[in-house]
Amino acid sequence: MELTEAAQEILETLWTKLKEAEVSEITFADIQCSPEDPPISELREHNLIRTSGNVLQLTTQGEEESKNAIRRHRLAERLLIDVLNAKHQLLEENACRFEHLLYPGMEETICTLLGHPKTCPHGHPIPPGECCDQTSDVDQRLVSSLIDMRPDELGKIAYLQSRQSKEIQKLMAIGILPGSSIQLIRRFPSYVFQVGNTQYAVDKSIAAAIYVRLERNENTHDPDNTTPGRRRRRGRRG
Amino acid sequence: MKYDLPIEEALEQIGECLETDYLLSKRSIGLLLLQDDNEIHQMVEAREGPRYTRIREIIRDTEAHYSHSLNYVITMNRQAEAHKISSQVMHVAEPRGRSFSESLSRLMMNPWAGIPILLAVLYVVLYQFVGVFGGGTLVDYLEGQVFGDAETGWIIPPITRLVERIVPWTAIQDLFVHDYGIITLGFRYAIALILPIVGTFFLAFSIMEDTGYLPRLAMLIDRVFKKIGLNGRGIIPMVLGLGCDTMATLVTRTLESRRERLIATFLLALAVPCAAQQGVFVGVLSQNFWILSLWGTIVVGQLLFVGFLAARIIPGENPSFYMEVPPLRLPKLSNVLTKTYSRMQWYLFEIIPLFIFASVLIWVGRLTRLFDLIISGLRPLVNFVGLPDSVAEPILYGFFRRDYAAAALYDEASSATGLSGNQFLIAAVVLTLFLPCIAQFLIIKKEHGIKITLTMSGIILVIAFATGFLLNTALNTFGVQLNLG
Repeated sequence: MELTEAAQEILETLWTKLKEAEVSEITFADIQCSPEDPPISELREHNLIRTSGNVLQLTTQGEEESKNAIRRHRLAERLLIDVLNAKHQLLEENACRFEHLLYPGMEETICTLLGHPKTCPHGHPIPPGECCDQTSDVDQRLVSSLIDMRPDELGKIAYLQSRQSKEIQKLMAIGILPGSSIQLIRRFPSYVFQVGNTQYAVDKSIAAAIYVRLERNENTHDPDNTTPGRRRRRGRRG
Repeated sequence: MKYDLPIEEALEQIGECLETDYLLSKRSIGLLLLQDDNEIHQMVEAREGPRYTRIREIIRDTEAHYSHSLNYVITMNRQAEAHKISSQVMHVAEPRGRSFSESLSRLMMNPWAGIPILLAVLYVVLYQFVGVFGGGTLVDYLEGQVFGDAETGWIIPPITRLVERIVPWTAIQDLFVHDYGIITLGFRYAIALILPIVGTFFLAFSIMEDTGYLPRLAMLIDRVFKKIGLNGRGIIPMVLGLGCDTMATLVTRTLESRRERLIATFLLALAVPCAAQQGVFVGVLSQNFWILSLWGTIVVGQLLFVGFLAARIIPGENPSFYMEVPPLRLPKLSNVLTKTYSRMQWYLFEIIPLFIFASVLIWVGRLTRLFDLIISGLRPLVNFVGLPDSVAEPILYGFFRRDYAAAALYDEASSATGLSGNQFLIAAVVLTLFLPCIAQFLIIKKEHGIKITLTMSGIILVIAFATGFLLNTALNTFGVQLNLG
């Protein structure tokens, strides 16, 4: 289904308001449109929204479509920030243009490259896609959460998820900051990694919040680190 | 240093709004305001009045520039500056393979090697150094030679004679000397029995602390401790509890949530035997390997089982675990000695008054015959778990000094009418689980209030005797006969 950019923007707004802010009713005034606007008719024609009087609602099909639109938008933001290093100030504008270039399939590739991020840089959730349930893509990632890294893999911290939480703030206070080099040392029984010259041990919930932009490291082979965790991952990869 | 343009502008504008004098520069105040420091916000609001509203506006406008919190932006700015400075003066050499300490560190964090290392550390530190050397050699010397009993020794006999000469009334004499006096019980136990054991433990603990072994242990045990409502950090008070539960209870302050502090305090009171108890129990029980391992298994089992239940019953979230793992180092002797010294000093000043208090309580209790009443009340309970009447007394006194109960039990075991192996095992289990000593009781009250302390004590009492009963029933049902010696 080819939708115009304006129509997709409206879907995204409806998704954030209805599904995330849990607003019970959205009127045309809320989204600054009138029933006669072409994008509205376009959405109605595709059976994505229902209108009754002044109130707009998403159809089942419309929910699916708007979820995907939001997903593309937020993945685009992640891609711009984590891989292309765009400045935050420029983010919104570019992400909007960028997302419309993503089409189904490509969006999954990007999600995989980024290590299936759970939130956008603003902290809003990214709805999971089909690719997020599969784990057979270890070698295609550019960004990965710490729990999906292998011992001795190297990288730079791309971002910390859910920066608002108290724990993550403490991590930042002790020097685990985006941009720092990081190397995973072991995965079991806790995650141990090195940032700069300091080693840290964290549990799975914290490790899952640390996303790393991977750097390929060809010459490290370390027999010491053939831990159960590593073997398991190898098995899953095949 | 210079921050991003929007932040610099905000700092300038805020500076103009700050009219009263702060001890810090306006720029620092501005930075703290931007970083959402609560205290500074309150202070500025109180001092600047209407201008504070304007400051809030400036902060809000600045926030609009970023998608991250300003705190984050400022931290990243500083990080970049720090990096700029360090990259000018620092050159990082290519690492030349892995050092010995790094290899050892990795072994300690690998469960296959780490758990055997842990067991070896426990054996050497707790059993050989604290138990055999501290609890055996040193205690024998101090108790037998220096203090002695009514007839021999350097301290007790002259003091006893002195008190008996000056004070004519036996009741008052009893307050200072004889079996339960301040000098003979309070001081003798504090200095001759507990001090060497706790002292050797503190020394060993300081060494473990300074080598950096403890964070590796925390990392190893985190998953298990999560199940009992704690996280890896909880290992530090628990290990310290193996030395002195009272000090460990104080150290639970370092845990983050109130829930963790409660669970750790409770488990310390219930199932972590202090060095003084271990000294005596391990001494007697090690005569029979099976009794010793049964005792250990039951106590550790209780720790995990009760912790598991507590984690489910006490509301609140499970804590997450993060810890810096410092490199392994050879400890510096002076640091170790300073730490040991300050802990011993704490121990002497905080704990000895409590010993004296306990001696006075025992004196009052005996004088008023209140103790006889409690002891006769305890007898049915003691019989209920399959123990003879004579054990009721050590159990009561156990509340005043846990180790005292253990030592009294030791006398029971070695006397002619002594306890059987089965009975000694049951008594040891009940006493280990039983109420903490009075010092610990008072510290729990100080930290958590009387209501929680009494509730905890009640639960512990029930668990201790219920476990004793089950153990006795199990031993009888399966016809197990354990022998000492």
